[in-house]
Amino acid sequence: MIGAEPLSSSLAAWLAALFGVGATWPIQALAMLIVATGVVALVVTPVGLGGVYLERKLSGRIQNRRGPNRVGPYGLLQTLADGIKLLVQEDIVHKAADAALFRFAPYVVFLAAFTGYVVMPFAPGLTAADLDVGIFFFLAMIGIETIGVVMAGWSSNNKWSLLGSMREVAQVVSYELPLGLAAMCPVIASGSLSLNTITDMQAGPIWNWFVIRNGYWAIVMVPAFLIFYTAGLAAAKRLPFDLPEAESELVAGFHTEYSGMRFGMFFLPEYAVMLSISGVATVLFLGGYHDPFGLSAGSLAGVWWWGLIWFFLKTTVLFLLQIVLRWTLPRLRIDQVMYLCYKGLLPVAMACVVLAAVLRLL
Amino acid sequence: MTPSIQGVALNQREASVPALPRDIQTEELVFNMGPQHPSTHGVLRVVLRTDGEVVLEAQPLIGNLHRCCEKILENLTYVQGVPYVDRMDYLGSLNMELGLVLAVEKAAAIEVPKRAQYLRVILCEMNRIASHLMAAGQFGLDMGAFTPFLYMFREREEGIRLLDEVTGGRLLYHYIRYGGVTRDVSDDWIGRTAVWCDRIDAHMQEYNDLLTYNHIFLNRACGVAIIDKQTALAFGATGPILRAAGVGRDLRKDMPYSSYEDFEFDIPVGPFDKGVVGDSWSRYKQRLLEMTQSTRIIRQALDKLPEGEIQHKKVTRGWKAPAGEAYVASEAPRGEISCYFVSDGGKKPYRCRMRGPSFFNIALLEETSRGLLIGDLIALMGSIDITLGEVDR
Repeated sequence: MIGAEPLSSSLAAWLAALFGVGATWPIQALAMLIVATGVVALVVTPVGLGGVYLERKLSGRIQNRRGPNRVGPYGLLQTLADGIKLLVQEDIVHKAADAALFRFAPYVVFLAAFTGYVVMPFAPGLTAADLDVGIFFFLAMIGIETIGVVMAGWSSNNKWSLLGSMREVAQVVSYELPLGLAAMCPVIASGSLSLNTITDMQAGPIWNWFVIRNGYWAIVMVPAFLIFYTAGLAAAKRLPFDLPEAESELVAGFHTEYSGMRFGMFFLPEYAVMLSISGVATVLFLGGYHDPFGLSAGSLAGVWWWGLIWFFLKTTVLFLLQIVLRWTLPRLRIDQVMYLCYKGLLPVAMACVVLAAVLRLL
Repeated sequence: MTPSIQGVALNQREASVPALPRDIQTEELVFNMGPQHPSTHGVLRVVLRTDGEVVLEAQPLIGNLHRCCEKILENLTYVQGVPYVDRMDYLGSLNMELGLVLAVEKAAAIEVPKRAQYLRVILCEMNRIASHLMAAGQFGLDMGAFTPFLYMFREREEGIRLLDEVTGGRLLYHYIRYGGVTRDVSDDWIGRTAVWCDRIDAHMQEYNDLLTYNHIFLNRACGVAIIDKQTALAFGATGPILRAAGVGRDLRKDMPYSSYEDFEFDIPVGPFDKGVVGDSWSRYKQRLLEMTQSTRIIRQALDKLPEGEIQHKKVTRGWKAPAGEAYVASEAPRGEISCYFVSDGGKKPYRCRMRGPSFFNIALLEETSRGLLIGDLIALMGSIDITLGEVDR
């Protein structure tokens, strides 16, 4: 087996030894909680500072601008400065809003977006919790984010917000179908829902990656990968599927009424979801933390930094592609979004699943 | 209950949308769009009556930017009045100035030197290009395409710098005076303006690749929000909207003023290579094609620019318009701007009635928006391209 024990198991064993008790479930739960918090905290920083910075800088380059270049070297601290600005801004909860739901909604979105990282295999042994149902857990977290968005739209007592959250429900719930079906293809190929197992199935040189596995798997996996990525764009509410917030149509959609850090808690998860969708696409189709030369199955097996480099390299490429798409394409209309999902992606995704099952039997 | 907002009862006309089945209890949603909305292009307020995403009725409520432009003109001397019309259509302010000045010149029988006429044409066409770049970019922005907007602004910025060099203003110029223009241009400026025209034509391909023939963009804009010939004529629509609807009316060609008859140019008329006549895409494409014609005019005018004075001597010595009246219409970027000018022989105009294109074009919103989705309504507003300063005056 390639890859060390998941972090939480190691921590649980260490904690058990520390307290001189057996590795019973409270110890395991504690270890899991500590690791999950650590992963989320460690992910928030690169996402908040790196993702937003990358997007701003790249969109600047695309648009013939320079992007942020004033705060810190190369404008690297701009996002930090904006975060501080958001923190000191007034937190407005207007009179007509349902105050409790209004305050609670950002946390739901924030938590759901970052909890998805708990199952992400960043590198050999660097997984907060290697759940047996990892991919299922991840998709469920994306679904929970929708609930937060609906809470925000409904409690804002603003018709534009309501319309935005209704669009979010229609869009994300629809796109979860092709998203889940496309994710089924690697699951069928590997026979596991655990992201770690799926990653380890792809160890070795590049032709072990699911997207082109042994050549003939490509006829299923390439469409499945494209569907997963497209549906992932819709789940992350990125252009051309940014209808829930469609600035020129709905002002700012579901977060129109939010200000200060509560707005920031809608803003950051967007990047978190973008990155986690890219990460899961990497894990499912592009070999996860394995390099294309087969070193991670040979001389560098189980070396965490080698895996981390390759995971983030592949994830960043997919992430950057999302940014390039956003700043190039116009927005679809709501009926076209639905049309694309139900008449375009879904039938193809279904065909992919059936074909994957056939290939698996061969 | 009749839905109403601040005492403005909404029209109860039946929309061309099929009614929902009775067993579902539904309510119509009344949206207040604007005056603070990113896509109303200023301080327009539109009251939307919708069935979910489907617009049943969109009623533009105008007047938030009313500044008594016409009344102010009556209380100022002729020379003082010109900067005020700049502020009507602030994106095509040179064309606004020209609209007023032409009428007064006609009433007062002021001759304009040929060089000044050509300079007016050059700068007005540059202003038209700047305005159309803004309109086309804004249309993309309304559809969620941010980058083409900034690409168009890149060229617009260069044009505005050239205008700034001559007139001293970037948006509001106060350049056209009675009997001529204020400042002359240098040979260096002429050369750089010709280069700018080439750049506009060269970048047209870039706009087409990025936006015009983008698959999503075509799907969003083609065949949507059609304003046909009859409707456009009935509502008094002019400019790119009317031409995209298939009516080849352009005052630069039909009733040439300021030496437009000296230049060779075509009037693009819809339908074009995609979409149907009078849809959102045609209106957008119309503006792109008009820009190419404008660069043609500018190049010819730069080549043939005659020597001579730039303002008639008589005007610089002081003058009064004799009692009488004059009406002159001219082609601004958004359509026909015309001025009905009445003089009682005094120092100030007796009456200055301005007929602006946006005021008429915006009336099409209510007629055309029925049954559209909200996203398409935004696209319709973007393709009509109104300037609220001129609607409300």
